[in-house]
Amino acid sequence: MTEPLQKMEAASKLLELKNIDLSFGGVKAISNISFDVMEGEVRAIIGPNGAGKSSMLNVINGFYHPQQGEIWFDGKQRRSMKPYQIAYQGISRTFQNIALFKGMSVLDNIMTGRFTHMRKNMLWQALWKGPAEQEEIENREFVEDIIDFLEIQAIRKTPVGRLPYGLQKRVELGRALAAQPKMLLLDEPMAGMNVEEKEDMCRFILDVNDTFGTTIVLIEHDMGVVMDIADRVVVLDYGRKIGDGTPDVVRNDQTVIDAYLGVSH
Amino acid sequence: MFYRESGDFKKTYQKDSQTFPIKFDRMRYYFVLAVAFLVIPMFLTDYMANAVMIPFLVWAIAALGLNILVGYTGQLSLGTGGFMAVGAYATYKLMTAFPGMDMVTVILLSGLITAFVGAMFGLPSLRIKGFYLAVATLASQFFLVWLLNKVPWFYNNSASGQISAPEREMFGVIITGPHATPVAAYLFCLVFAVALAWLARNLTRGRLGRSWMAIRDMDIAAEIIGVNPLMAKLSAFAVSSFFIGIAGSLFFSVYLGAAEVTEAFGITVSFAVLFMIIIGGLGSIFGSFVGAAFMVLMPVLLKNVLVGGMGWPTDLAAHFEYIIVGGLIIIFLIVEPHGLAQMARVLKEKLRLWPFPH
Amino acid sequence: MSADFLYLVEVILNGLMAGVMYSLVALGFVLIFKASGIFNYAQGVMALFAALTLVGIQTGQVPFAHLINAIFGTNVHHFGWQVPTVLAIALTVGVMVLFAIIVERYILHHLVNQEPIILFMATIGLAYFMEGFGDIMWGSQIKTMDVGLPSGGSLWLEEYTQGWAAEGERYYGMYLDKLDMVASLVAIVLVVSLTIFSQYTTTGRALRAVADDHQAALSVGISLRTIWVIVWSIAGFVALVAGIMWGAKSGVQFSLSLIALKALPVLMLGGFTSIPGAIIGGLIIGVGEKLFEYAIGPLIGGATENWFAYVLALMFLVFRPQGLFGEKIIERV
Ligand SMILES: Nc1ncnc2c1ncn2[C@@H]1O[C@H](COP(=O)(O)OP(=O)(O)O)[C@@H](O)[C@H]1O
Ligand SMILES: [Mg+2]
Repeated sequence: MTEPLQKMEAASKLLELKNIDLSFGGVKAISNISFDVMEGEVRAIIGPNGAGKSSMLNVINGFYHPQQGEIWFDGKQRRSMKPYQIAYQGISRTFQNIALFKGMSVLDNIMTGRFTHMRKNMLWQALWKGPAEQEEIENREFVEDIIDFLEIQAIRKTPVGRLPYGLQKRVELGRALAAQPKMLLLDEPMAGMNVEEKEDMCRFILDVNDTFGTTIVLIEHDMGVVMDIADRVVVLDYGRKIGDGTPDVVRNDQTVIDAYLGVSH
Repeated sequence: MFYRESGDFKKTYQKDSQTFPIKFDRMRYYFVLAVAFLVIPMFLTDYMANAVMIPFLVWAIAALGLNILVGYTGQLSLGTGGFMAVGAYATYKLMTAFPGMDMVTVILLSGLITAFVGAMFGLPSLRIKGFYLAVATLASQFFLVWLLNKVPWFYNNSASGQISAPEREMFGVIITGPHATPVAAYLFCLVFAVALAWLARNLTRGRLGRSWMAIRDMDIAAEIIGVNPLMAKLSAFAVSSFFIGIAGSLFFSVYLGAAEVTEAFGITVSFAVLFMIIIGGLGSIFGSFVGAAFMVLMPVLLKNVLVGGMGWPTDLAAHFEYIIVGGLIIIFLIVEPHGLAQMARVLKEKLRLWPFPH
Repeated sequence: MSADFLYLVEVILNGLMAGVMYSLVALGFVLIFKASGIFNYAQGVMALFAALTLVGIQTGQVPFAHLINAIFGTNVHHFGWQVPTVLAIALTVGVMVLFAIIVERYILHHLVNQEPIILFMATIGLAYFMEGFGDIMWGSQIKTMDVGLPSGGSLWLEEYTQGWAAEGERYYGMYLDKLDMVASLVAIVLVVSLTIFSQYTTTGRALRAVADDHQAALSVGISLRTIWVIVWSIAGFVALVAGIMWGAKSGVQFSLSLIALKALPVLMLGGFTSIPGAIIGGLIIGVGEKLFEYAIGPLIGGATENWFAYVLALMFLVFRPQGLFGEKIIERV
């Protein structure tokens, strides 16, 4: 309880969302939600299905544009921006339903994650020999480190489509890490995994957070996992925020308990 | 037995990303190049050059171009004929307006002009996807052919509406026009084909190529990783059209000598090139060559067997060509969507393990 | 009324009727797309093949005569009998059903769950195959389609409208093709009966269910494979109707298959899943291209009908990617 608070005091706000409203046609996915994410913390978003969690991540990385509200990232208010521009600002993510590049190998998938760090233009690439190859090799070294870190050396050259689900999730994490993000968004990274795979994934997430200081926002259903790894938790229900605080606070909050154990869910 | 990966370990990442990581493949590649440049010209008859080798090389370049767009970037285009026409007419205008310009420059400029036109017609791909886009590319096909047919400036007001290539030489040998030396024309096309294949290889193995494939496999994820879809798609359209423009340019100046746009660059051309890459292999450089070879050789073979050998009328043989091509397209899409190239790869895989399969 | 105005009316009427013909072909596409998600490029060639078969049966042609002669050195061509039109049409429908069964069994069945674009390319292959096959079966020379449809302009209308122009203006009356008028009527009847079929019969309801959700269709008690055969048979029938109309208009020949190319922009405009869309899209394009050719064509060299539809559809799509009737979809991740 004391440790996360200390962490928060030292750090500054990396992301702040103010009064976000998002709707699709008539359906209100998010109403008037505000919360913040501190630099270096692990922030969890929880809530029942359809609560608006994924939509929240989509707002953060610019895939959905909220009708109302302000987004502050890294001290600046965000103007209207395309998702690829936001990638350059240092936000990367994984998806609830795996979104790997099916026709490419594990290595190529993770190399694609380096996209924002590679600069050599088309003419250099057309020549290959020289700067383009140099850049390719430097980035390849970085990617090989990630491959080692995630312990997927053996499947480096395998097309991702042929991998089992758990490994695909890991590769997707690798692709997101390759971008060296300031903030990593993980949409249900452990869904559908067995206990062992979940433990591995938890370890990777905590390691990333510890070693690189990467800020992490993650959506997770398993309360046990959330209690273990999150510094603070936001609870959503029907597009509204019904709780926000450390895992202990949230766990004992009556509204949250009702939402989870209540009639409709 | 000598097809072995063992003892051929990659010690650096540079070596690992080589085009032909296995020594045997590398040697075979140089061997093929040597044969193409040194041996074939010695034995090449005029008939073989004009009926087989030159069209093969030209179509291979077009197939490479289309493969970049369809196979690597996943944007189905049926406008190949129209873009080849742009390359051909650009060449004609350049050759007649600047008689002193050498052919290499003419052809490269034609490619660049086509690249520009292709990028323009690629703009809608940002909003339109899938077969809506495929149909939209037909718009470029019909519009470009109509334009080149209707505006007399493009064919210098010639009465027949035809364009015909003036005579040009390279290193003192005539390569275009009626008096061209077929072997020289062959070598000229070969240089382009090899250089462009090398270019395609370089572009597809690096950052740009990965952004194309990312757009192909999962465009949303690609954008979230930082790929600007506009840039990725437009660059694919431009590079693809550059290749196709060069193919059109060579098709007109070196192969046909004279052309009329509605006949030479109609929609059948668009389909023919699409078939090459389906049969040869989507997303494969080698496959583009295989597919082109197949589509060039098959009619020649049919004609020789059915018409020459069995004495059938030519139109019957032509109908069989349709049946065979159509049937093969279906079979390949069902059995092996990655075409002949993938079949070769699978065979190689087996060979590598032979005589000890798993 | 001024003669100019009357010309304009004539152009619009002709455009509407051309549009109906486009819709007729587009309809076949929509039917198959709704039921199976396949964009069937072969629809145009199916019309050609149906028309060839109809004429072949009607005039008692020996199928594959060309091939038989080439192999055996014989000289067969006709059986020497004429089959009554109605019977010939019934037999042709039978052939199209057989075709549907073969397509389902040997192609579609092996391509389920493939990406739409792969299926689309497969139908391009199918189109090529059928084109060669149709030519080998029935010969590739131009044939006339004679099923008793009227042809030529309507003299009655011409005379009736002659007096409409203002005094002193030269006006010879309105020219409308009788065949076009019949075709419009037939198309309307076809659309109405298809609508009734899909609304009020069990099979029809199953077809609509499969369009929305494959599982739901199974609960109706008809297997997916049967549904696909039925849909392709209906599309074959629509192709036959289109083949008869277009064949009677311009002869049964290779170029008939190109009507598919006319229907594609209609689909882009009206959307691939909407029957009203196909009809309204067809009318817009029919009228649009006639008007454009009438007003702008002479200024830029004419023959704008070759591309106008495509460019119109393209520009429309860039601003409204979901088509006329589609709903805007926000992609999810
Ligand atoms: N692209 C979209 N189009 C329409 N509705 C959407 C879209 N994305 C999300 N929604 C709706 O927004 C609500 C929240 O969805 P989501 O954020 O995916 O929930 P969660 O991730 O918490 O399960 C749901 O009602 C969902 O149907
Ligand atoms: Mg979700």
